[in-house]
Amino acid sequence: MSYLEDGLTLRSWFFTTDHKRIAILYAIAITGFFFIGGAAATLIRLELATPAGDLVSHDTYNRLFTAHGVIMVWLFLIPSIPSVLGNFLIPLMIGARDLAFPRLNLLSWYLYIAGGLIILASLFLGGVDTGWTFYTPYSTMFSNSWVAVTLTGVFVTGFSSILTGLNFIVTVHTLRTPGMGWFKLPLFVWAIYATSVILVLATPVLAITTLLVIAERLWQIGVFDPAYGGDPLLFQHLFWFYSHPAVYIMVLPAMGVASEIIPCFARQRIFGYRFMAYAILGIASIGFLVWGHHMFVSGQSVAASMVFSLLSFMVAIPSSIKVFNWTATLYRGSIHFDAPMLYALGFVGLFTVGGLTGLVLASLSLDVHLTDTYFVVSHFHYIMVGGSVMAYFGGLHFWWPKITGRMYADTWARIAAVLIFLGFNLTFFPQYLLGVQGMPRRYHTYPPEFQVLNLLSSSGAVVLAVGYLLPLFYFAWSLRPGGRIAGANPFHATGLEWTTPSPPPKDNFEQLPEPPQEVYGYDPAKDPRHDPARGGAMAAEPVR
Amino acid sequence: MNGDADARLSSSFRLLEQSASTIAQRTDLLFTAMLVLCGVMALGVCLTILVFAVRYRHGAKVERGNIGRHLGLEIGWTLVPLVLFIGLFTWAAHDFTQLYRPPANALPVYVVAKQWMWKLQHRNGRREINELHVPLGQPVRLVMTSQDAIHSFYVPAFRLKQDVVPGRYTGLWFTATQLGEFRLFCAEYCGSEHSQMMGRIVVMQPAEYARWLGSGAEQPSLAQYGFARFRELGCSGCHAAGSTVHAPSLRGLLGRTVHLQDGRSLVADENYVRDSILLPRKDVVAGFEPVMPSFTGQASEEDIQALIAYLREGAIE
Repeated sequence: MSYLEDGLTLRSWFFTTDHKRIAILYAIAITGFFFIGGAAATLIRLELATPAGDLVSHDTYNRLFTAHGVIMVWLFLIPSIPSVLGNFLIPLMIGARDLAFPRLNLLSWYLYIAGGLIILASLFLGGVDTGWTFYTPYSTMFSNSWVAVTLTGVFVTGFSSILTGLNFIVTVHTLRTPGMGWFKLPLFVWAIYATSVILVLATPVLAITTLLVIAERLWQIGVFDPAYGGDPLLFQHLFWFYSHPAVYIMVLPAMGVASEIIPCFARQRIFGYRFMAYAILGIASIGFLVWGHHMFVSGQSVAASMVFSLLSFMVAIPSSIKVFNWTATLYRGSIHFDAPMLYALGFVGLFTVGGLTGLVLASLSLDVHLTDTYFVVSHFHYIMVGGSVMAYFGGLHFWWPKITGRMYADTWARIAAVLIFLGFNLTFFPQYLLGVQGMPRRYHTYPPEFQVLNLLSSSGAVVLAVGYLLPLFYFAWSLRPGGRIAGANPFHATGLEWTTPSPPPKDNFEQLPEPPQEVYGYDPAKDPRHDPARGGAMAAEPVR
Repeated sequence: MNGDADARLSSSFRLLEQSASTIAQRTDLLFTAMLVLCGVMALGVCLTILVFAVRYRHGAKVERGNIGRHLGLEIGWTLVPLVLFIGLFTWAAHDFTQLYRPPANALPVYVVAKQWMWKLQHRNGRREINELHVPLGQPVRLVMTSQDAIHSFYVPAFRLKQDVVPGRYTGLWFTATQLGEFRLFCAEYCGSEHSQMMGRIVVMQPAEYARWLGSGAEQPSLAQYGFARFRELGCSGCHAAGSTVHAPSLRGLLGRTVHLQDGRSLVADENYVRDSILLPRKDVVAGFEPVMPSFTGQASEEDIQALIAYLREGAIE
């Protein structure tokens, strides 16, 4: 009996401790938040189609971009791959029956939902206008909006992150099936493990900072507001001490997903497995030491800026190793262009562009010109959307057959992947040019010389929105009675999650699996996936 | 904003916009180098992916097989970026340090940012709002603070930006190299009308600038006003030469090394003077009692800037 059939009542879902069901709960919740955050983005792009502020008032606009940022960062991106795919896959990939603390896992979800509802409540009460960065003293003194309520929501959500991270760390340490050494772990597990370490170490700093801002706002305790002897730069240091590692919380899991998909569809061992694993650890640790690159023009000392700049260049090295190794993995492979692979290749390309423009921003004198302009907006969307969201979609398409037991319409999925890739570039590439020309971010109205590029960006957003809506339909359609059955391993992938039926039984495995001889044991010369009719694409013939 | 300036600024679709300061040219050079390097890397990666994707597509008749370890290759593509990155860091850092070394002869302009306007004052007392007139080819140094939230003084044509923070001074200097009008933006989100906190920099011929500076209503210079405030606020009661109160002399204070009670020493700058007026117990001068009261609430940001101008230009008695 699969985990999906094991109880059909609402109670069996809301009180489940099965990591796979909790993953589904997360998936539904983050999808909801993704489309709320996306709606805010749509309104922002509509407003920016013209230079004048003719769609919404400036106060509404400021609330929209704040809601977009807060929701996308804390309610979508941070939980996306770890809490949905990680939750579902970590036990399966390491040959375990569940996470180490199944009830804690459920608590994480409830905390996440509680935090999310508080944030939504603040939105309905009238919203917040500080930007997702909550810079002081604007947030503590001058903003006349629901700052404390929103930050309470962020605070609560943070505990969900911490508990999830803790759960994954303990699970990976203690529940690997006998014989599953660290260097036999799929890179996805490495990535989620490193992410979890960051979640546990960085999130408490965010929690402390949110409490201090709330206290400053309510009682003027004089930590951040210079009017009471505080220091506004202290806030920025604390905030970015969390929020820069948070970027790696969002992108490391995406790298993990790409490292699963690319070898599978190239039928090739991942190139340089150990370097890939070390690069993950390198990014996770150096990532803690670069937060000051958000503050080059803030009034931070020149010496501090120099150190942060150098370290920011250093953190790019493990990232570039990963890009080179993914590329090298294609060499002499046998490459299939199913939807997951299209997303993964799109991820590599967009992540490369996002990463390289990160180098531009790490360069001190260039950052002086480009920071707080659309160049930065574009850069982090290339990483967060081009990187993380592409990879999340790739992962959803790769493991959808495992999660649901059904195969979606691959043609539609490929159309959506291409639409998202094109729409994304059309939306965000013009923003690099806007930034170079000097258009500041968070502008409700803008001078007329920026209109052409803004209009291009807004029209790209329409394409992107269509691309994001498509999967809702073909995924739902795949679940219809009589939909195509996927089989245990439709993509002939390695990895323990594919050795159990789709959808997996409640306890994951009939008996605990043996770890494979080697991780990513693909051989392009013996490609089991052949399609005699056509050279490129393969028909995902059901393996019943 | 006049239509002429709009027309000049509106030639869209140029990668590098006007380049109107000495620093802008250096920044553009580095940006171009960076663009070439990143472009080569991005195109290289994307083309390689495309070539592999086509060549090794499933079904194509090519030789395939597992690839073993290539330690040399991996070490190579670790070390090459490392060397490149250190080079780029050094170049950018070198240019960056120039931004913090204003020439001694730079014209000071005092800036107070507030929601949602820029208030500027020249040394001779002439005030401007959302406009800054500067002479061509002469270094100008801004001493900036904010009255409320954090703002950021951004002139894209100069490639310069500096956050303007309440509770302290930040500085920015430039030498304009092109006549005309250039946009001034607030680049740090500061509330409702953040996107309307714009202005312009007007670069004029030095002679024309001198005429402009001299025109307008007759008023005391900033230093004269500072001297007036120096007496009105009671500073002179203790700090004047003949005073009976034991207070440190302020003559030639800015730029001087000051030794403090707790053993530290520092070079007196604008921030030191500002802190000494508002937070007199923070940096007590060695050999003096901490008897000075705080002037928080009595001295406005404009007052403090005037007092600094007065101290900088020496006693005018």
